[in-house]
Amino acid sequence: MRAAWKRAWRARIGVESTVMENPRNEPQAAAPHAGPAVEVIGLHKWYGDFHALRDINLTVARGERIVICGPSGGGKSTVLRCINRLEDWQQGRIVVDGIELTDDPKHIVAVRRDVGMVFQHFNLFPHLTVLENCTLAPIWVRRMSKKDAEELAMRYLARVKIPEQAEKYPARLSGGQQQRVAIARALCMSPTIMLFDEPTSALDPEMVKEVLDTMVELANDGITMLVVSHEMGFARQVADRVILMDEGQIVEINAPKAFFDSPQHERTRLFLRQVLR
Amino acid sequence: MARAADGFYLRAAPAERRPPPAARAGAIGWLRANLFSSPGNVALTLVCAIFIAWTAAHVLRFFVLDAVWSGADREACLASPANPEPGACWAFVRVWLSYFVYGFYPIGARWRVDLFFLALAFGIAWLAWLAAPRRDIGAFYFFIVLPILSFFLLSGAPLIGLSAVPTSLWGGILVTIVVATVGIVASLPLGIVLAFGRRSDIAVVKFFSVTFIEFVRGVPMITVLFMASVMLPLFVPERFTPDKLLRALIGVALFASAYMAEVVRGGLAAVPRGQYEAAQALGLPYWRMTALVILPQALRVTLPNIVNTFIGLFKDTTLVFVVGIFDFLRTIEAARVDPHWATPVTSVTGYAFAAVFYFLCCYAMSRYARGVETRLARAHRR
Repeated sequence: MRAAWKRAWRARIGVESTVMENPRNEPQAAAPHAGPAVEVIGLHKWYGDFHALRDINLTVARGERIVICGPSGGGKSTVLRCINRLEDWQQGRIVVDGIELTDDPKHIVAVRRDVGMVFQHFNLFPHLTVLENCTLAPIWVRRMSKKDAEELAMRYLARVKIPEQAEKYPARLSGGQQQRVAIARALCMSPTIMLFDEPTSALDPEMVKEVLDTMVELANDGITMLVVSHEMGFARQVADRVILMDEGQIVEINAPKAFFDSPQHERTRLFLRQVLR
Repeated sequence: MARAADGFYLRAAPAERRPPPAARAGAIGWLRANLFSSPGNVALTLVCAIFIAWTAAHVLRFFVLDAVWSGADREACLASPANPEPGACWAFVRVWLSYFVYGFYPIGARWRVDLFFLALAFGIAWLAWLAAPRRDIGAFYFFIVLPILSFFLLSGAPLIGLSAVPTSLWGGILVTIVVATVGIVASLPLGIVLAFGRRSDIAVVKFFSVTFIEFVRGVPMITVLFMASVMLPLFVPERFTPDKLLRALIGVALFASAYMAEVVRGGLAAVPRGQYEAAQALGLPYWRMTALVILPQALRVTLPNIVNTFIGLFKDTTLVFVVGIFDFLRTIEAARVDPHWATPVTSVTGYAFAAVFYFLCCYAMSRYARGVETRLARAHRR
């Protein structure tokens, strides 16, 4: 009843078409912010006495695709996790979609609604089916009806090519399938920015490709992407810029061609020698 | 498939798939494998079998074969030429049964207790049957309708013609069920709240929770009951002094919730950090994340421990006798010294009856929990 009434209302005010194309289904977030997608300004972070992030400055334009690589412990994941405030920092500013991340929970939630994240270990909710994993946030954060949320979820599950697994529990899926579900789950919130934290590192070699293919497809759609990854092929193929981080600092930011063919910094050359061999 | 001599190999055809070798089937196979697999095992089986047979024979003789099933007073259960070694005196239980169930509850109003039992059983069945229709209404009935209904049924509502029955007249299984149900229903939510309080970032909340949990866990249940019974009236004005049974109920609920808090905390600690992060990254606010992602997982892993606490609580209800409440066990204590039924077997019979009642209730809880566990586990297996 209520859903029918809502549909009729939407049709009357003329938003039905946008609802179909743009699953965001939320008027207040309709107009994207005009400035850069992400701005990180003078960021410093310490774990106790350990200076984990040192003077990070980065501006990511809307639609830009960035790959961050570097040795482990270099602070790549930490930067990423600061952008949706899973990590706190002590100095500096981060502005996402025009919203400054402060301690204000309202700002934090507003940013998280707009920023999707995919984790190394998928972190699917094991007590929910694949479909429920995908509809949870749209229903409870976006306030969508269950029916709309399920429609939306099925569309994204189809996009990551596993609609037939919707009723299964995550434990029954392979690693690659789980990661694709995780991507679909993030996409269901219609984020404008996607963060990928080593999305293929925990996968069996044979499953890396299916996840990377999904990501390449996403990249072609023009969503803003920040990817921490060691997949150099992916970086070369999709990235607009590649960043090397080491010891908590940004060592080099370069276009992929220049980054791989003529790296400027000695550390980058060393890193690439180790990785590419 | 040929094995190459040089250590290299190339598969020519796929190895055929076969069903697993048939296990040794049938009852005899099972007996062989589990009871008679080795000389030591055979000896152990025989010793156990002899012991079981010996015990079972005694139990059967005492509680069934030589038991006295009817009679008006002690004479029936004393040794006689017809029954030189009388067994359990079930006649005693039969005569006293209504006292065991209702205590001193007025005889004319006992249908109200029966109705309460029925309403409760209905509510439990509705909630416990996982595939039942409209379990949301069931929950509403159990947690909202039933308490109000029970209150008016049991303590009376003079306005609608139900005479008031003071709780001092309640007793027996009625009191045990009321105390246990209230304790179980109150302790889980209270325990969850306390568990979150203990993990809270707010110092005051954390301090209060830790103090409460550690204090209550650090003293015996009897002390908590005495405190609830004696100290509670000191804190509230005299005319608001709660009823004696209510005081005991509060004591039991607080005691159980402290234990429940620790059980739930264990479950919360078992939920990986990634689950919190994934929920946060999706923009779920704290309470949503807790209710939809964290708690369901935490409660699932702690289900055995939760039921364990429930069972402990059910048996602990027998302690309310120390503050002068006539629970089931206390009614048996009172009845077994009745001079009309003074026989060598009266006490044993009374205690055996109590044991059977408590065992049936606790075993039912335990079995039900096992069932739910397997059901939940099925969904998560690969």
